[in-house]
Amino acid sequence: MLARTADSLYWCARYIERADFLARIIDASLRMGSLPSSYGGDESEWESALASASARVAFYQTHDHADERTVCDFLVFGRNNPSSIWSCLNAARANARAVRTALTLEMWEAINEAWNELQRYDCDNMDRESMARFLEWVKRISLLFDGASYRTMLRNDSYWFLRLGMAIERADNTARILDVKYHLLLPEREPVGGTLDYFQWTTILRVVSALTAFHWVYRTSVKPWLVADLLILNRQMPRSLFSCHAEIMERLDQLADFYGRRGPSQRMASNTLSKLESSRIEDLFQNGMHEFITGFLRDNATLGSAIAEQYLV
Amino acid sequence: MVAFDEMHGAGEVRPAYAALQAWLERSPPALMETRRRQAELFFRRIGITFNVYGEADATERLIPFDIIPRILTRAEWTGLERGLAQRVSALNAFLADIYGPQECIRAGVIPDALVNAHPNYQLLMAGLKPPHGIHVHLAGIDLVRTGEDGFYVLEDNCRTPSGVSYMLEDREAMMRLFPELFVQHRVAPVETYADSLLATLRSVAPDTASRDPTIVLLTPGQFNSAYYEHSFLADKLGVELVEGSDLFVEDDIVFMRTTVGPQRVDVVYRRIDDDFLDPLAFRPDSVVGVPGIMGAYAAGNVTLVNAPGTGVADDKAVYTYMPEIIRFFTGDEPILKNVPTWRCREEDSLKYVLDNLADLVVKEVNGSGGYGMLVGPKASKAELDLFRAKLRAQPDNFIAQPTLALSTSPTFVGEGVAPRHIDLRPFVLCGADGIRITPGGLTRVAIKEGSLVVNSSQGGGTKDTWVLED
Repeated sequence: MLARTADSLYWCARYIERADFLARIIDASLRMGSLPSSYGGDESEWESALASASARVAFYQTHDHADERTVCDFLVFGRNNPSSIWSCLNAARANARAVRTALTLEMWEAINEAWNELQRYDCDNMDRESMARFLEWVKRISLLFDGASYRTMLRNDSYWFLRLGMAIERADNTARILDVKYHLLLPEREPVGGTLDYFQWTTILRVVSALTAFHWVYRTSVKPWLVADLLILNRQMPRSLFSCHAEIMERLDQLADFYGRRGPSQRMASNTLSKLESSRIEDLFQNGMHEFITGFLRDNATLGSAIAEQYLV
Repeated sequence: MVAFDEMHGAGEVRPAYAALQAWLERSPPALMETRRRQAELFFRRIGITFNVYGEADATERLIPFDIIPRILTRAEWTGLERGLAQRVSALNAFLADIYGPQECIRAGVIPDALVNAHPNYQLLMAGLKPPHGIHVHLAGIDLVRTGEDGFYVLEDNCRTPSGVSYMLEDREAMMRLFPELFVQHRVAPVETYADSLLATLRSVAPDTASRDPTIVLLTPGQFNSAYYEHSFLADKLGVELVEGSDLFVEDDIVFMRTTVGPQRVDVVYRRIDDDFLDPLAFRPDSVVGVPGIMGAYAAGNVTLVNAPGTGVADDKAVYTYMPEIIRFFTGDEPILKNVPTWRCREEDSLKYVLDNLADLVVKEVNGSGGYGMLVGPKASKAELDLFRAKLRAQPDNFIAQPTLALSTSPTFVGEGVAPRHIDLRPFVLCGADGIRITPGGLTRVAIKEGSLVVNSSQGGGTKDTWVLED
């Protein structure tokens, strides 16, 4: 398979995943923003939305103040923001178009129709209700695209590169929201607790669509360290760092078997996964949650570069 | 000037169109409008678009598709098929000769200057025999019709002819939208084209290739006007769609960069013009080409489809010599006629053309896509004057033809069904194991009333083309 084709598949999946994540961040922030400030709803929510999307620096180059309108504009339709939903969907479609032949018709239709539809949205006149509908629509694109690939693609290197891109991006996204909110998850805050933090925790769960999952897994009320456990180590939770890296490892193994050759990316992924496998959430808190997450984000990015070097150029 | 109508002929509905005519009369206009919209949706969804150069706001546009098919009888098609095979064989013999012994020049069939001073004559190809001796593997021969038996060749496209994806997708759309019509008519299928093309490409692999040659389709990239077609064909063929940067040459062997390292390439179906193919051999500023690919070609390690330098035979001045070329190389009379053409390079002809400009169509010998032509009867005085000056300044650059009454076909337009002018581009494949022609081809239609220009870049549309089995 052409290295460029693998690269485009990988990035197509990453951009779709990122658009989905952005839609979830904004959705959750809108929800927080509509709570009375005594429940934690204030404008700092938009600050952390920017931080979760790693868009703070870019944002403040052109804006002075982060509030609902400015951040939504920037993260949703920002043409100059390469990580806006608009830019992500455009980039996903451009990558898909460049490797049109590596996608099934159903996948191409999912992304191409989304792109055609996107051109029709009037980004300047969006009230809350239409914004909510728009974000729902964005989330459906990834469902449709993932579903189409799951149901129609041959299980070969094309599929594995696509899944690899999705898993790397998803791991990055989950780690980022943890990075922004980790201080809320520290166990020593527990005695303080209170409603304010409760809504923060549930917001995190909402962003990764895990609010219901939490209750099924732990069968208890939302506790911050359990939120951390769910998002980092839980093996049932599809967006947990563990699950993402289990998938990354699986796809890299499939590629290595298929091509008959292992390389640096397999070794790195294997290291990261065994670290996660042997970790207990208590140890992570013990050794410093922030250091752990920062380290994870770095490893994840290094792995991305190793994959690129090994397969995509 | 009354044009021949494909459906109504001289008055009576022609037998091949009887069932279609009855169906048209039965179908309420609202239903037709619905189907037309469904067809448009179908094309937009699968992304059959083309890019128009120089139009920023319309980088991806749909070619209008007309839902009323164009019909040819089996007898008509058999005649065309013979003529096309003869013509493409002659084109190949001609190219082998001008890049070889040049006997046709010595025999006075064609002037030396037209060949050896031709801008598309590739010196690198002189004395170089392409694998299996074939220069033109794919040709799109544009035909027009003026009467019951009046088919003429308008031009020979033997560089990188495009449009075949529309032939295939138009049929796909028709079969989805009007299945009942295919029950009533025995329409020769076109879906064999991809298999024929693949067989042709495999047959011309160099001797150095294995029994299972690696074939790629080389595209200039997704901003090229025909990118959709490139990806469509690569998909149908099951071959990699590569860009110049995906290929590299080492020791005169072409490789592509894959996820498992370099893989040897045997056949390159290139949709890049000669000029951009290899920056080391042709235009040094080309960024879409493959440096060194001409070296690999000269070493016989790769087949380029079509061979470089076929543009000489694609030329409108050389076109005027095609009847002589066919006679010289095949020994037979041409089966398909040329449109009578004045070569402005000849003094008498130039005088005639200048005197009768308002009745003629004038074309640049190297133009394509309907750019740079004058349709005399439709031109303003200023345009006529401009062309007179151009003709006087560079007569060699132009040919002129009578304004043909191109046949019309009923076409679904805003106001209902109305006759519109059409042409036909059949696609001819020429491999080491023979010639293959898919029945039918691409019918292009000038959607604007009275217009004779069918090119998609000028607002032309397409129709499905049916060859009816007896």
